[in-house]
Amino acid sequence: MYVAVKGGERAIDNAHAWLAEERRGDKKVPELSVDQIREQLSLAINRVMAEGSLYDPDLAALAIKQSRGDLIEAIFLIRAYRTTLPRFGYSEPIETSKMACDRRISATFKDLPGGQVLGPTFDYTHRLLDFKLAADGEIPDAPNKQANQENVPHVAEFLNNEGLIQQETRSDATPPDLTREPLELPADRALRLQALTRADEGFTLGMAYSSQRGYARNHAFVGELRIGAVAVEIDVPELGFAIEIGEITVTECETVNQFQGSKTEPAQFTRGYGLVFGQTERKAISMALVDRALRWEELGEDDLGAPVQDAEFVLYHSDNIQATGFLEHIKLPHYVDFQAELELVRNLRKTAFESQKMEAAE
Amino acid sequence: MGLFARAPQGKVAALLANANLASEFEWLRKPEIGSVMLRGRAGAVGAPFNLGEMTVTRCSLRLPNGEVGHGYVQGRDKDAAQSAALADALLQTDAASDISQQILLPLRTAEFEKKKNRAEKAASTKVEFFTMARGED
Repeated sequence: MYVAVKGGERAIDNAHAWLAEERRGDKKVPELSVDQIREQLSLAINRVMAEGSLYDPDLAALAIKQSRGDLIEAIFLIRAYRTTLPRFGYSEPIETSKMACDRRISATFKDLPGGQVLGPTFDYTHRLLDFKLAADGEIPDAPNKQANQENVPHVAEFLNNEGLIQQETRSDATPPDLTREPLELPADRALRLQALTRADEGFTLGMAYSSQRGYARNHAFVGELRIGAVAVEIDVPELGFAIEIGEITVTECETVNQFQGSKTEPAQFTRGYGLVFGQTERKAISMALVDRALRWEELGEDDLGAPVQDAEFVLYHSDNIQATGFLEHIKLPHYVDFQAELELVRNLRKTAFESQKMEAAE
Repeated sequence: MGLFARAPQGKVAALLANANLASEFEWLRKPEIGSVMLRGRAGAVGAPFNLGEMTVTRCSLRLPNGEVGHGYVQGRDKDAAQSAALADALLQTDAASDISQQILLPLRTAEFEKKKNRAEKAASTKVEFFTMARGED
């Protein structure tokens, strides 16, 4: 039973006014612009775009500003905005083999065509706080070196040539879309990949880490990690052909996993795949490990009962907006529900006391 | 059209204005903001999956002589979509060579420079392994 309760309106308005003031902080400190957030907190932007599942750096910057830096709140704002947009169509699958790579590394081959390109990475930094940044110092230009801008081949192709790695079957099947149909099980790989690419980074990392620590271990090597810009093409009905409508930065991780063979598959390397908006390599590597773990069934592996092998567990708990919505709703008024619970507990206690009294009397 | 789609904010409009190429037109479809669902392939080469959406602005217009232009640009910028559609329509008129010279060429050059600069920065972070002498002789 619901009972209408009024009286909170003024309190809510005033709470929101105070929220706006707290968001702004001390007015003696200059206000952050959306451009500053977009340019200088770019990895936060990337996370909001990836998990908000909408590539638009300006909107992500605005969301981060509005949410006071609470990234899940920012992702929530982006998801809400996304639902207001009419969908013009679907792109051609992006060609990551034509990526203009900012970064491209392989942990499996030292010398490989295209080389090991470190890019703007935190790796090999000493993780010591840099107090120069607090004193807003000028930064020198990063060095340039002559480059040939040829396409960089994927590492998996080399292993493919030897027949040592499981082949991906190319298809042009229309993939399921969890923004149109609710995610139902069993979920095929395309649906799992869609859920994983927008999944919470922390959850995905935790799941991937659990597989590394031994819960359905799958011996992953980073065959290749690449970050860079790829063109987006869509088929425009009024033109009758595909045109480029933009360019996005993505992170792609392909793992190469040791595989002893199973009842159905010969010994070979298997693959896990991660592809995420923006420069988001922790997430992309995690996604690849989780993708590989979830493939146990199609590869004829044993179900070891590990959480990371359980598609229902992983896919139904990986979305931080669903999770936060359900989790945080319990702080909203449940006065009537709770009154009912209170009555129930009082009655139970009363019954128990009375029966004790009866027993004592007997 | 890719060049128009990727051009920095206000760039195509500025080039059109500079080249004095602005023209009258009527709307076939006024600029509207929407999204496109982007796709990737499992393992880069396998079956497609939905990766997430991207904001896109599109419009269509017609010049007085009947040439139709379409604009599709990344992001939420109605003016950019309009400029792109206008330039697209003008490419089908006598002004085509002017558009090529004064719009497409500068866009292509700017984009080339930007990409080249990024590629060069990446190239400077390429690891050059060398083998230490093992002193076994």
